[in-house]
Amino acid sequence: MKNSRIRWILYLALIAMYLLHKDFWFWRNPALVIGLPVGLVYHIAFCVAMAVLMAMLVKYAWPSQLEIEKDDSVDK
Amino acid sequence: MTVFVIFTYLALVLIVGTVSHRFFRGTGEDYFVASRTIGPFVLLMSLFGTNMTAFSILGASGEAYHKGIGVFALMGSSSALIIPTIFFFVGTRLWAIGKRHGYLTQVQYIRERWNSDNLGLLLFVVLVALVVPYLLIGVMGGGDTLAVITDGQIPKWVGGLLVCGVVVVYVCFGGMRGTVWANTLQTLVFMTLGAVTFFAIVGKMGGLSNALARVDQDLLMQANRIRPLELMTYIFIPVSVGMFPHIFMHWLTAKSARTFRYPIIFYPVCVAVVWIPSVLLGVLGSGDITGLEGPQANTILVQLISRYAPGILAGFLAAGVFAAIMSSLDSQTLAIGSMFTHDIVRHYGFHNQMSEKHQVLVGRLFVVGLLAVTYVLSLISNRSIFKLAVWSFTGFASLFPILLAALFWKRSTKYGAFASIVSVVVLWTFFFFRGWQTPGYTIGDTGIMPVTVVFAASALAMVIVSLLTKPPEGNILRKFFAAPS
Repeated sequence: MKNSRIRWILYLALIAMYLLHKDFWFWRNPALVIGLPVGLVYHIAFCVAMAVLMAMLVKYAWPSQLEIEKDDSVDK
Repeated sequence: MTVFVIFTYLALVLIVGTVSHRFFRGTGEDYFVASRTIGPFVLLMSLFGTNMTAFSILGASGEAYHKGIGVFALMGSSSALIIPTIFFFVGTRLWAIGKRHGYLTQVQYIRERWNSDNLGLLLFVVLVALVVPYLLIGVMGGGDTLAVITDGQIPKWVGGLLVCGVVVVYVCFGGMRGTVWANTLQTLVFMTLGAVTFFAIVGKMGGLSNALARVDQDLLMQANRIRPLELMTYIFIPVSVGMFPHIFMHWLTAKSARTFRYPIIFYPVCVAVVWIPSVLLGVLGSGDITGLEGPQANTILVQLISRYAPGILAGFLAAGVFAAIMSSLDSQTLAIGSMFTHDIVRHYGFHNQMSEKHQVLVGRLFVVGLLAVTYVLSLISNRSIFKLAVWSFTGFASLFPILLAALFWKRSTKYGAFASIVSVVVLWTFFFFRGWQTPGYTIGDTGIMPVTVVFAASALAMVIVSLLTKPPEGNILRKFFAAPS
């Protein structure tokens, strides 16, 4: 039960990432942060956040039935 | 010296690709999907290398030259969102189905999923037609790179020919194992050399802050160059990955479903590593080399290399661009060859009249013929690499609802799939002829990308026509949806 709740939270997080991808709050801001335009730094951070989210999906929402299928075919 | 380095690199790729032939097990499954034995690191490198092409290296920097840093959001970080998500939900499932039923191509799966030969044939024709512009991007990118970096000493037609020649040789010799090995080498090469290029050029420009100070401020934000609706709808473009025949083949090479874990996690990081230098160099280049119009901007990266890093480094960097180009061309070529062999020659029984040797020969001749057509097209075409890619991706992305329905919707029917493909063909053709002459074409100039409408129409056609037609038979559903016993 707990796992399925985490799974759905992670699916919702994917939708949230789509919304966060539209960074209209930096739309007109050419300022530099750590030497790079803020709009670019935001999207670099977005890529890192996606890697973290995908790692959580792999850990908590992995389609484990596919692993079983693999074992079956090996047995055959 | 530059030319020497490039030729040495091409020779190295040829050696790696052909050495893999020694591991060849002599079966079709080994030739086309490396006997499904590929591990996580090589799967990540080959999937990523296949997706990164002249589009991401030359096209992205050319587009960033005109549109600024927003190009990273448009294509880079949107890929980081969409592509690993597709690997997670779709790639793993297709791998399992492919392994269970012994599939080697998308067409085999779609044909059997809805039990329709005609559907398979239609899909084959549409996929091949969409791959041609994608191949074209690579061949044109190779020609442009060599011509600019050698100051026109080596004409464009030689560069394109070289790329085609090297790819044909190692794909024919090494099959999927050769392709995967060469891709891994080439992905490591262009990721490393991308970073080296970036630091070398920015250093010569007097440092990042100095170089940024010379750039039009508009390019450092999105507001004046990219429209909000464009950013919101461009997200459908990377969906095309789900329908690429060559990505499908790479998925099938995985040793197990678990093999997908690392590629899924690290894909977004790889995207950042390649797209940051590409986009930034395009933006910085606009401060130094002005007046490049339209597709001319696709040479900005190579022009910067010639200006700031001539000699051996230029050779290495050109090799990096070649690496990105060839690591896509090889997989596309192999996928098309595989589809022709399995979905046409074998499926329609021509193989009964031919020996095994003849079948392989026919498959290879088809590949060589297709590359020859692409090569000729590259000589007469001068359109922006980036825009060509967008049209090709629009078609692939719009076919994705078919794959989603095949995997997740039991009630979908072959007529729904037919309707979906026909709607894509009709609408794609309509928008292409309306928009291909207009740079940055969006529907009614609103910022809405045509892919959004074609995708929505394709999904709607699938749903409506499926619901209006007879539900699929139970034995087919059991074949694809029954839980493994």
